[in-house]
Amino acid sequence: MEGIKQISIFAENKPGRMARVARTLADASVNIRALTIAEAGDFGVIRMVVDDTEKGYKALHDDGFTVSETDVLAVEIKDIPGGLYEIANTLGMNNVNVDYAYAFVTAKAERAMLILRVDDIEKATEVLSDAGVRLATREEIQNI
Amino acid sequence: MFAEYWNPYIERMPIEDLHKLQEERLRSLVRYVHDHSRFYRQRFQEAGVEPDDIKKLSDVTKLPFTSKRDLRNTYPTGMFCIPENWVVRYHVSSGTTGKPTVVGYTQGDVDMWTESLARALTSIGLGRGDVIQVSYGYGLFTGGLGLHYGAERIGATVLPTGAGNTERQIELMQDLGSTAIACTPSYFLYINEVAQKMGVSIRNDTKLRAGILGAEPWSEETRKRIEDSTGIKAYDIFGTSEMSGPLFTECHLQNGIHIWADLFLIEVIDPKTGMRVEDGERGELVVTSLDKWAFPLIRYKTGDITILNNEQCECGRTHPRIMRILGRTDDMIIVRGINVFPSQVESVLMRIPEIGDNYQIIVDRKGPLDVMTVKVEVTESTFSDKIADLMSLSREVGRQLKNVLNITAEVELVEPGAIPRSEGKAQRVIDMRRV
Repeated sequence: MEGIKQISIFAENKPGRMARVARTLADASVNIRALTIAEAGDFGVIRMVVDDTEKGYKALHDDGFTVSETDVLAVEIKDIPGGLYEIANTLGMNNVNVDYAYAFVTAKAERAMLILRVDDIEKATEVLSDAGVRLATREEIQNI
Repeated sequence: MFAEYWNPYIERMPIEDLHKLQEERLRSLVRYVHDHSRFYRQRFQEAGVEPDDIKKLSDVTKLPFTSKRDLRNTYPTGMFCIPENWVVRYHVSSGTTGKPTVVGYTQGDVDMWTESLARALTSIGLGRGDVIQVSYGYGLFTGGLGLHYGAERIGATVLPTGAGNTERQIELMQDLGSTAIACTPSYFLYINEVAQKMGVSIRNDTKLRAGILGAEPWSEETRKRIEDSTGIKAYDIFGTSEMSGPLFTECHLQNGIHIWADLFLIEVIDPKTGMRVEDGERGELVVTSLDKWAFPLIRYKTGDITILNNEQCECGRTHPRIMRILGRTDDMIIVRGINVFPSQVESVLMRIPEIGDNYQIIVDRKGPLDVMTVKVEVTESTFSDKIADLMSLSREVGRQLKNVLNITAEVELVEPGAIPRSEGKAQRVIDMRRV
């Protein structure tokens, strides 16, 4: 199974920065699956999962953005009360730390997905799979 | 390694003989300016000094100082000592801090300038067979034409690209095999940045082995960064337009700039008291020209802060050296009562590999307090996705700045390319308090 990569972009906290990122991706015909912004005063980090990571990374890099790729997990959440608890608890019990997470829902696939950045990705994959949690593959994210 | 001198007789002259030569030249200079310039005659009178009072080299301290202000007040040619039809060339400084200043040259003055650079370029191992790309501006600025004449004199091939059009500079550098480049250090960093974007490695894809970098203060740490990232040797060059233009460089040992004592008499003073400081202490460089006729200088306060070194260099040249220019009396910023030189900030920043080559210092006033903000660029190779890493980088930069400067600086991380690049002198400080 090929892992999922998130694109992170360093951006100054200024009007128009987000628009520039979005335009670059639009021009490259890259579709955004999920996105979150972490801000820290003067600057922020835009994190996103897109349909074509290589193409998105290259387009942003060539346009002069400071970009990096990060390994993340995309796990399917059951759309019922306690859905998130099951996942978080499994990781916690197994001593895997979540650095950050963000979720999205896809209308077409009728699924809720959680993007997770953890300190031990192999262990997280193993314990979540053992607990019966479904992890999305790169192809699935591409084809949502 | 290459014990080659352009003018071995002068460059290796025993120090006592050099002093004797300086003394003779100083005496005739003082007589000359007194007889040929109303400005100097008046100055001498005000200071109560006659040409006959200047007998020994140490008598130079009896002479009054001159400064940029005198140049402005006598604009355009009131300090010249010859009829204007003897002037073979003018150069004009940009006047970023006021009225422009005009300097003029006789043919002999141009020859002196050229001789000075011929010695300097030879001392860093350049000569016939070298291709010297002159990327200083040509025209009213002295950098381009000065280096051009000096490089031709030693038999090197000159590639007179001037400043700007950076991609073409890099193509020509490759196609014509430039072995040395002369430009500002900030422009060289920019050339390297553009080369990388073009997929050109200065180390592997060009023959460049020497940079003759100056016209703005830069730090030892920037030198290291330039040398490590491009594989060239970076040499410091010094000279001001009033003195002719760029005149002096380090020798191949890269340990201070040799000031040809037969051409200029240098002193380092405390800018506040006008008294000489001890050798090894920092102060303002004051120059007296000894072989310059259209526009001679008597104890001209350059505004450049440096340290004098009278110890003899291992290269065999007997002439005094100055340390790299540490700053200018007029670019020193006073933040909350503490003197800060941009070069101090630079030397801190260039030690931190996670940040880029460009920086900017912004001083502003918030209420009664001065606030200094240092903008630095995040580099892609070290960009971490984690906010915590970026925050700790920013804190680390702040901590190291505080260690050196003794004041707290706010550190702002910005995107690469966000700080304006310069093809000439970089503007490192923006002081909003004056507005």
